[in-house]
Amino acid sequence: MSRSLLGRHLRGGLTGVAVAALVLTTAACGGTTRGEDEGSSSGGSAGASADPDAEIPADLAVAFLPKQLNNPYFDVAAAGSERAVGEIDGEFSQVGPSEASASSQVSYINTLTQQGADVILTSANDPNAICSALDQARSGGASVVTFDSDTAPECRDVFINQATADGIAQTQIDLMAEQIGGAGQVAILSATANATNQNAWIELMQEYAASEYPDMEIVTTVYGDDEDEKSFQETQGLLQTYPDLKGIISPTTVGISAAARYLSGSEYKGRVALTGLGTPNQMREFVQDGTVTAFALWNPEDLGYLAAYTGAALAAGQITGAEGETFEAGDLGEYEIGADGVVVLGEPTVFNAENIDDFDF
Amino acid sequence: MTVETAPAPAPSGGAAPAGGAPARRGRTLPSGSVITTFLVLFLVIAAVSVEGFASTRNAGFLLLDVVVIALIALPLTLVVVTGEIDLSVASTVGLSSAVMGKLWFAGLPLEAIIPLVLVLGAVLGAVNGVLVTRLGLPSLAVTIGTLALYRGLAFVVLGDQAVADFPRAWTTWAISSIGSTGIPVVVVPLVVLVLVTGVVLHATPVGRSLYAMGNSEDAARFSGIDVGRTKLWLFVVTGVVSALGGVYWTLRYGSARADNATGLELQVIAAILLGGVSIFGGSGGLLGVIAGALLLGSVRNALQLVNVPSDVLNIVTGVLLITAVVAPQVAARVKGRRRRRPAS
Repeated sequence: MSRSLLGRHLRGGLTGVAVAALVLTTAACGGTTRGEDEGSSSGGSAGASADPDAEIPADLAVAFLPKQLNNPYFDVAAAGSERAVGEIDGEFSQVGPSEASASSQVSYINTLTQQGADVILTSANDPNAICSALDQARSGGASVVTFDSDTAPECRDVFINQATADGIAQTQIDLMAEQIGGAGQVAILSATANATNQNAWIELMQEYAASEYPDMEIVTTVYGDDEDEKSFQETQGLLQTYPDLKGIISPTTVGISAAARYLSGSEYKGRVALTGLGTPNQMREFVQDGTVTAFALWNPEDLGYLAAYTGAALAAGQITGAEGETFEAGDLGEYEIGADGVVVLGEPTVFNAENIDDFDF
Repeated sequence: MTVETAPAPAPSGGAAPAGGAPARRGRTLPSGSVITTFLVLFLVIAAVSVEGFASTRNAGFLLLDVVVIALIALPLTLVVVTGEIDLSVASTVGLSSAVMGKLWFAGLPLEAIIPLVLVLGAVLGAVNGVLVTRLGLPSLAVTIGTLALYRGLAFVVLGDQAVADFPRAWTTWAISSIGSTGIPVVVVPLVVLVLVTGVVLHATPVGRSLYAMGNSEDAARFSGIDVGRTKLWLFVVTGVVSALGGVYWTLRYGSARADNATGLELQVIAAILLGGVSIFGGSGGLLGVIAGALLLGSVRNALQLVNVPSDVLNIVTGVLLITAVVAPQVAARVKGRRRRRPAS
């Protein structure tokens, strides 16, 4: 038997594949490059008209599809959605992948399409990977509400934004100013140097602090890379480099809890203020032992609750997702849809010794 | 045509080693027919008892989920038949996707990117092949290494960015179906590749030489087969096909990311083992592998439709796989005992 029998077969095969590829590609059109394509995408439900007085039908099938199952943050949001769906006599279900990868949500959306879900509430692992699946779900009659992490705007009806960047930035600066009397050196402990959210917030924090609290000086920003150990060490470094430091703001849940752990075991406990974005469960012991006075985060339960009411309003035809429409969201009151079909939940919730035990997430 | 032919002995003119290579480990059943029967049974039961399962739309969803798994399973089945393994396939998908995104972002036309990505796949496969065949390292160790290496490189290329502005014409083609049948158009080229692979494996001297290698590498070498060269080429083809999978994955989800297809290698290998291919090499057929991929996909699809949570889904898949691997062993042992009894 010839030594390179397979080799020869394969070379033949590969040439065949190459030729086929060439034929296919030349047939496709003369070179498809970035930026020359993309006509206008469909503008959601632009054609429909809203009837603000429409009744929410009973037995709406509302499906909650988080980034992944068994994630405490989404479990709390799901509880909020379930409460809202209970109030409108709908049927709530939670489905989702066990790993948070870009494409893993697609088959769940397909299943929901097949089951004829009325409302899909989802937080996207990837802004584009689930788009075509959501398109199919919507053409099958489902209303799609994204929360926490949006898709491309044309792929959903409404996005519930947990808080505006301005709101997040101002709340943290206000909290810090309250704790240090509006004057003194403050440092920021962020996530990674290229974290989009954090960088946007930090820029707004600097602008807001400069205009509202001229005596507050933001001396530096350090990066803990959202790693507990590194954030811990960066905190230590900050306190050695800036002996007059009055406070640390950490706009990331990993950073703030690492910083709190360092402070609570150091001589700086109670002397250097710490605030930022954290979850009540992570921060409870540090609020109780006096290391931290107050910190902020949006309330994921409210986020899920509002998302569910928004989905119901869409399904009922009270809203279509167009700017300026208003609807009632149960306990949370009236909301208005902003530009690009975005609804803002509101100001972040501030957690302190008085209210922290009311929250479990 | 029957894709399932029993592996013939090494095609050699009397150069076979003494003893005539007895039936070996794992060569118990041609379980392709067993798994195909299973698949048909399952489809019938699901169609009757699961609401929404038997519809053209659902068939389309199901097939789209299976396409990449089945595609990569084709060359990987040949690799496994020779007694080797390639665990780096999903990382090759990820790296191909990342490179595709990077090149698209840089302004290259897709018509140039796709051939480049396929060449990249060939190189990645060749690295595996050279390490295994020239340096004589075990493929399990080599490809665990490249699994990590290629995924790492994907993150070097694209970081945690996603490139998503691929032309709509291409991304909708990737999920479009043939008329109103619900069958995705990509199933057509896939079927062609299945037929080609089936013919190569079951009806050519090359295919027979792969079984010979899987049964006894020494025997194969003695009968004049260039084992190293053949295996090297198999790894190269696996790389190219995985890169093709990466291209399709990127278009299907409209998103090039470094973490695309993470963990997919396990689903591909699961389909192969479920299809009755022995992990030790030397036995199994392509029909079973395709049936295995379809069965895994159908089970997940049906269970999702009846709202079984994803954790339970993973458990079911695991149990199914263990059953598929253990059942032939048990059957073989029972058969062996029966055969021994009258003799003693």
